[in-house]
Amino acid sequence: MASVWVFIQEDDGAPSTLGLELLTKARSMGDVTVVYLGTGGDEAFATLGKFGAAKVLHATAGDSLPSAPVAAALASKIESDKPDLLLLGQAYTDRDVAGRLAARLGVGILSNSSDVRLVDDGVETEHEIFGGAQIAIATAAGSPSIVLVRPKSFAAEPGDGSAPEVEVLDLPDAGASSAKVIASHVEEREGPQLGEAPIVISGGRGLGSAEAYDLIEQLGKKLGAATGATRAIVDSGWVPYAKQVGQTGKTVKPDIYIAAGVSGAMQHLVGMKDSKTIIAINKDPDAPIFSVADLGIVGDVHKVLPKLIEALNNR
Amino acid sequence: MKVVVCVKQIPDPATPYKLEEGTNWLVRPSEQVLDDTDRYGVEMGLQLAQANDGTVTLVSMGPAGNNQGVRQALAMGADKAVLIDDSDLRGSDALTTARVLAAAIKEEGFDLVIAGTESTDGYAGVVPQMISELLDAPTLTFATHVEVGDGKVTIHRQTASGYDVVEAPLPAVVAVTAGVVEPRYPTFKGIMDAKKKTVENKTLADLGVTPETTQTVESIKNAPERSGGKKIEDEGEAHLEIISLLEERKVI
Repeated sequence: MASVWVFIQEDDGAPSTLGLELLTKARSMGDVTVVYLGTGGDEAFATLGKFGAAKVLHATAGDSLPSAPVAAALASKIESDKPDLLLLGQAYTDRDVAGRLAARLGVGILSNSSDVRLVDDGVETEHEIFGGAQIAIATAAGSPSIVLVRPKSFAAEPGDGSAPEVEVLDLPDAGASSAKVIASHVEEREGPQLGEAPIVISGGRGLGSAEAYDLIEQLGKKLGAATGATRAIVDSGWVPYAKQVGQTGKTVKPDIYIAAGVSGAMQHLVGMKDSKTIIAINKDPDAPIFSVADLGIVGDVHKVLPKLIEALNNR
Repeated sequence: MKVVVCVKQIPDPATPYKLEEGTNWLVRPSEQVLDDTDRYGVEMGLQLAQANDGTVTLVSMGPAGNNQGVRQALAMGADKAVLIDDSDLRGSDALTTARVLAAAIKEEGFDLVIAGTESTDGYAGVVPQMISELLDAPTLTFATHVEVGDGKVTIHRQTASGYDVVEAPLPAVVAVTAGVVEPRYPTFKGIMDAKKKTVENKTLADLGVTPETTQTVESIKNAPERSGGKKIEDEGEAHLEIISLLEERKVI
């Protein structure tokens, strides 16, 4: 059996959804050890067991920025235990840990993966290129294979595993040279969350101004939808970064995705093109967003959206 | 203060990208542009260097071509550039890139290294972290705000729910997100001055780095096509099409 390790960060006291997606995949590939970063506890560990972890290496970072100490501790542990594969998510801390760890071990990273499988002499992954038009199949040299997996590549499904064996993974003290987290700010979020909502409505540059994003909010409220945005309007400061859908922002796969004034840049498409039904409204008939839309409306968002909101109000 | 900014020359994203037969490497024309996401790092570096009596050195790896991309960053105001171009670097992966950049940065000396979060053409998104490990420096990533003072760097680090304030002693590596600052447009004088600035070319031998392939694209396949899309022109009633599709999907 292959030995598969999965890095999971705690989110709001429990294993992150992304982590459980990876864990579900991992248990179909071999014996699973979870590297768990967070406060932990019986309930969290029981969840990890249920999803397939036989063993948990538990690390707490305190006020240290975790990447450097976790990479250092993992490197020693990997050298002694020799896992075949380490799965991490395409997420902030995961990317930091993977980058530092790979440089330390001198092995490659397969980034942005949407699928991963064991092959004769190692591991093979798939990742989308050119905005998802094509898929590259890649392999990495060195052991273990380090793979970063995009959110929502696999469904998180509990199994029937029992409580795992838990071992503490001690993190080295980097002393004065380490990075410290000195404060945390939670941006206020109203309504359904982007990653989980069954309906998502996103606005792009075609809205014309920050004020026009109000149309997106109004429609969102009406449909009980989460609201998102393209990188272009986040960079322009119209809406906070937390709303960004795409390569660096959130990956969403809702039942319905409505793109209003979104041209469909490569980096936006990779974050939403797997939505079940896509509706796009854009003035430019040649906008790339129409190539992934089930219903494309060539028109002005400032005309279509108010009428849509009014029609919904009248129902 | 010595600021080093990592920049990348990439094929113009407005042109269709192609892969080379056989190797699956991205085809890189001699005319490349500065990766748009690097303009934020360059601007951040310029502002921090100005406030702290410092200099900005650009470090870049890849085919030099006509150096247009690097010149764009010099035109914004960077002092000089080091460009590592070597035929043995063709098809390099993230780790080789990080090893080469780290070696060049070490030779230059640094208090602060700034990079973008990920390149537009390759977007592995792990090179700054690898560089910091190789330089044995803290990694402060996904920065939406950066300040330097008292020998420390403080950033706002993007998180899933907001941001953390993270602090580390210099020297350090910071990876910035687009939007961290508003990049300036080069002035005419900046463009003229950039022509006189030094672009130092280095090879792998100069840096003593041996390239090693740690990841390989074995093959390419087409993604499954999305079928049955319908496109209509709005003549005042298109919102009704949306309503009927939402009804069909039983969400209203």
